[in-house]
Amino acid sequence: MAKLRKIVTDPLSDNNPVTWQVLGVCSALAVTTQVSTALVMSIALTVVLCGSNVVISLLRNMIPGKIRMIVELCVIATLVILADQVLRAFVYDISKQLSVFVGLIITNCIVMGRAEAYALQNPPFKSFLDAIGNGLGYSVILIAVAAFRELLGSGSLLGIQILSPEWYEGNTLMLLPPGAFVIIGLLIWFQRTLISKTLREED
Amino acid sequence: MGLLNLAIESIFIQNILLSLFLGMCSYLAQSKKMESAKGLGMAVIMVLTIATPLNWLIRRFLLQPGALGWTGVEALGSLDLSFLTFICFIAVIASLVQIVEMVVDRFFPVLYNSLGIFLPLITVNCAILGASLFMVERQYSLVESVVYGTSSGVGWALAIMSLAAIRKKIRYSNVPEGLRGLGMAFIITGLMAIGFLCFSGITLGN
Repeated sequence: MAKLRKIVTDPLSDNNPVTWQVLGVCSALAVTTQVSTALVMSIALTVVLCGSNVVISLLRNMIPGKIRMIVELCVIATLVILADQVLRAFVYDISKQLSVFVGLIITNCIVMGRAEAYALQNPPFKSFLDAIGNGLGYSVILIAVAAFRELLGSGSLLGIQILSPEWYEGNTLMLLPPGAFVIIGLLIWFQRTLISKTLREED
Repeated sequence: MGLLNLAIESIFIQNILLSLFLGMCSYLAQSKKMESAKGLGMAVIMVLTIATPLNWLIRRFLLQPGALGWTGVEALGSLDLSFLTFICFIAVIASLVQIVEMVVDRFFPVLYNSLGIFLPLITVNCAILGASLFMVERQYSLVESVVYGTSSGVGWALAIMSLAAIRKKIRYSNVPEGLRGLGMAFIITGLMAIGFLCFSGITLGN
């Protein structure tokens, strides 16, 4: 039981897909100018990740090694099309704001990476837990970055004004691309020194 | 908008990496050495130049609403297959990368030796799929999509090569422990993006 729980909790901090393994940062930056888009993106990614991990894990004994990438891409692309259609049907405004980035979940390295590294070797239930863990790990970073950017950039959270414009002028740099890069850099610094106990060597 | 303006815009002002965040994964992973940054940059330019117009053709003649009208069959004329966009684009990109790899291996062995290992990585580079999807969203024409593809690739190569050069220098600096490697790469990229922001002051004539 503890082992199963570890599959879920491990990617949240100690082995976070974004900050430790540098996976899926592309979309982590582009959709984080507001918390609401980040939230929708996290949900979409987690759902796609769960689906793809379970499907690929069910198929794992049938997929020939040589064409496994193509098979994985097909499974992921199909799930992303579903997610995109659902978003367009129910939250049209947000799906317009996310523009191409929903489609880019296909090439999000977290989905592909977990399929390659985990789902191909493990039974469906464990793969499902792994997907939940990694999806949450991605969501935590995404929402943290978005919260910083929206709060400092436009003084609000989820569209509700928190810092009154009378005494706080929004820092537009936070809404521009450089703000995202610097915030995620600082977040990585914070996480590596404070949360994760073991520092791994790099460079 | 003129083609030159489009090129300048997608290399500098709307740089695919620094302002649209596409292709970050391979950008961070392959920028430790100048050599590999250069190889990957060239490979991305090549694949983007071919993939973007190819996807334009696929979109125009197969996927967009009423695109199958050229077949002359009435039942196909009103078909809207645009929901298949993602899966078709990624399939085109994946197979294109395979073909490019084989062609380069067969006819340009010298080039293959320097680019070979990077080509398979490109399938999952979001810059390629991203450029194709943006091309659809912004409704470029065929010629524009060629220019857009090439210049996005040039912009990406420019960004990864600058990062590789900066990382080479930063190796000798005393960076705080937790910031080493990845964290620093992000902050450098942030500074580079601030630098590129100054290009947004350029007004392009029509």
